[in-house]
Amino acid sequence: MWLLSGGAAVTGHGQLGAPRSRRLQPERSAPGSRIPIMVLKVFFPSCCCSADSGLLIGRWIPEQNSAVILAVVHFPFIPFQVKQYLSEVQKVSQVEIVVLGTWCNNKQEKEESLGKFLDDLGTIFSHEPWLQLSKEKGSKFWTCHTLSRQAGTPQEDQIILIYYDQRKAMLSQLHPPEMSLDNQPGVIPAPDASKLAAVFDTVARSEVLFLTDRYDDGPLKLSHWQSEGVEASIIVELAKQASVPVCMLLTLLLSLVSGLCRSRIFKFWPLSFIWSKLSTCEQVGYRLEHLKFVFSNQKAENQNQLMRKANIFVSLLLDVALGIMLLSWLYRKNRIGQLADALIPVADHVAQELQDLLQWLMGVPAGLKMNRALDQVLGRFFLYHIHLWISYIHLLSPFIEMILWYVGLSACLGLTVVLSILSDIIALLTFHIYCFYVYGARLYCLKIYGLSSLWRLFRGKKWNVLRQRVDSCSYDLDQLRLLVVIVQGLIHFLVDLIDSLPLYSIGLRLCRSYRLAAGVKFRVLEQEAGRPLRLLMQINPLSYGSVVQTYRLPTYSCYPKDSWGSLCKKLFFGELIYPWKQKGDKQD
Amino acid sequence: MEERRSISDIYGGRLALQRRSYSPSCREFCLGCPRLSLRSLTAATCAVWLVAYGLFALCQNSMVLSTAIFITLLGLLGYLHFVKIDQETLLIIGSLGIQMTSSYASGKESTTFIEMGKVKDVVINEAIYMQKVIYYLCILLKDPVEPQRVSQVVPVFQSAKPRLDCLIEVYRSCQEILAHQAVTSTSP
Repeated sequence: MWLLSGGAAVTGHGQLGAPRSRRLQPERSAPGSRIPIMVLKVFFPSCCCSADSGLLIGRWIPEQNSAVILAVVHFPFIPFQVKQYLSEVQKVSQVEIVVLGTWCNNKQEKEESLGKFLDDLGTIFSHEPWLQLSKEKGSKFWTCHTLSRQAGTPQEDQIILIYYDQRKAMLSQLHPPEMSLDNQPGVIPAPDASKLAAVFDTVARSEVLFLTDRYDDGPLKLSHWQSEGVEASIIVELAKQASVPVCMLLTLLLSLVSGLCRSRIFKFWPLSFIWSKLSTCEQVGYRLEHLKFVFSNQKAENQNQLMRKANIFVSLLLDVALGIMLLSWLYRKNRIGQLADALIPVADHVAQELQDLLQWLMGVPAGLKMNRALDQVLGRFFLYHIHLWISYIHLLSPFIEMILWYVGLSACLGLTVVLSILSDIIALLTFHIYCFYVYGARLYCLKIYGLSSLWRLFRGKKWNVLRQRVDSCSYDLDQLRLLVVIVQGLIHFLVDLIDSLPLYSIGLRLCRSYRLAAGVKFRVLEQEAGRPLRLLMQINPLSYGSVVQTYRLPTYSCYPKDSWGSLCKKLFFGELIYPWKQKGDKQD
Repeated sequence: MEERRSISDIYGGRLALQRRSYSPSCREFCLGCPRLSLRSLTAATCAVWLVAYGLFALCQNSMVLSTAIFITLLGLLGYLHFVKIDQETLLIIGSLGIQMTSSYASGKESTTFIEMGKVKDVVINEAIYMQKVIYYLCILLKDPVEPQRVSQVVPVFQSAKPRLDCLIEVYRSCQEILAHQAVTSTSP
């Protein structure tokens, strides 16, 4: 939509012009539907809806006038023990859990004595305001009262009853994480922080309250989401036990390997230059860093680090799985031999094409008159290059199959490693094209600078078309170079995609969507006049785009992010395009 | 308390407005958009198939026809799931917040909930939309750093686009609830 006027401009007659902020008068509400002064919000866990009568315990948030109920304490209990237990829980979890009121579930006929007993409890556990929730047999609608000691009589508070799923609220994480930076339990959140985040925070921090279930022999009998039996999985427990020695062993191995890599042998000049230029070494180094991060002995400090570890682990697993699949396909039916046999003729063919092109240019290309001397010099120079290159390829030809066989074995390290090796092989095989491109581009660049400095002299006069010899040569080479650059760019893009996609987060969003929450949504349940408003609070999951954006893993190369436009611009102005990206290098 | 009415949108099409009041501080407005018309669906399918048959006559490859079938099916599914909105709902709960739900033709529902603490005001704005000047209802959000500034404008009923009469009704209800909300939040 195209916005013309901002601000509160309401014109009853559809006139444009200077916005007039005339407010419409609100309707006089009908008598009888007067909105009461105080609104009390009660967050009730849906797992406790069928619990027996007892006391309600939870947290009271006075700024928002809301009560978050965490559990129900059943009869019989001793009030002193209840207070003791609550103070212990408060010390451990740093959440102010108190007795908020009473819950009465009349499964049989209405019991008068129970009602009076519950009323008396209000005097033992003093809390302002004192909640009284009760449910009749066979009825969906509850009766809610609040008692305020100061006023003495029950007030006309409007109560909103919001049901929430305790398990999902406990395991979910709100995005954007407002309280993730200060994980200290005693920190009071900022007054304008999200109010619903406070509810989630309360449930998440009261984990210690949910550790006892009804099969434990404790002083109190509680009802909450774990009261049917604490949820756990044998596989997860076994994995946790096994992970400590496995992590230690792997950390040792990885430190050995990285120590070897950093040894003095590789520091000498020719070797270090080559290692830094090959993308394979970078990719392997990157994966090594990842492995060290995942198998380190430290536990993840916060949610972000945990997700990052999980994402890297799943990404590594997928990488290795794809690599092994490729390996099994490649080593069947002598495909390596076929590949090696096909490589030499292709190189020969490309060399022959280049020689033909150069012969054509040295003659009279497209009827243009050229500088004979320069033509011959450059042409012979390039022909000699090609001759050298072909000789080297022919020298290597008996060993190519063996080299390919051993290089193919590296696929068990991962698909990304194979792709990087492929990209490096392409770069090495087309090295001669790169050399020609460099010579041609440098000469062309010089000519362009010369021209541009002379441009001012030619302005206003008759435009003289100056043709350069190296011009046409470098245009054709540019096409070849562009093709190579495009292929390499695609390979790097694929590698980056596999590297940076947060697979674990996407899987979590697919299977357990309540874990990653963008917010909440409310559904209004059946209402009855005179009863409190009943709402169901559900978790609104994060969209896939936000998941990818939040949990993207950082990659080392920014090659695909360079727009193709800037690439073409570089080609036109003769600036060099480097095929190898170094970590932290800025483009020329 | 429920009420159903038929109103018109900015193009003159018919919309169904359903207004519900669950309690004095909780109101819901439901706008039903016109359904997918058979005429436009037939026209689109015929166009795609004519092009496919033309290409088939040129290149005699039956893959063209299969691709046309796939394109039509996927396009229709994508349109129903991502583009065509069936119903838009605005639920305003005093002291909790404002919730906007859009239900798509395939059954997907996308919900946004804005807490009452973040809502500065609900207003009706004018806008230039193509060659018309239209009114639209929007929610102004407070800036967390500076409470007097407006950080974001969230338009409501973006695909239904009702006319001013419906907007005035929704505006009045919202202002009533917001006014009481302001009173309760300032009183001790």
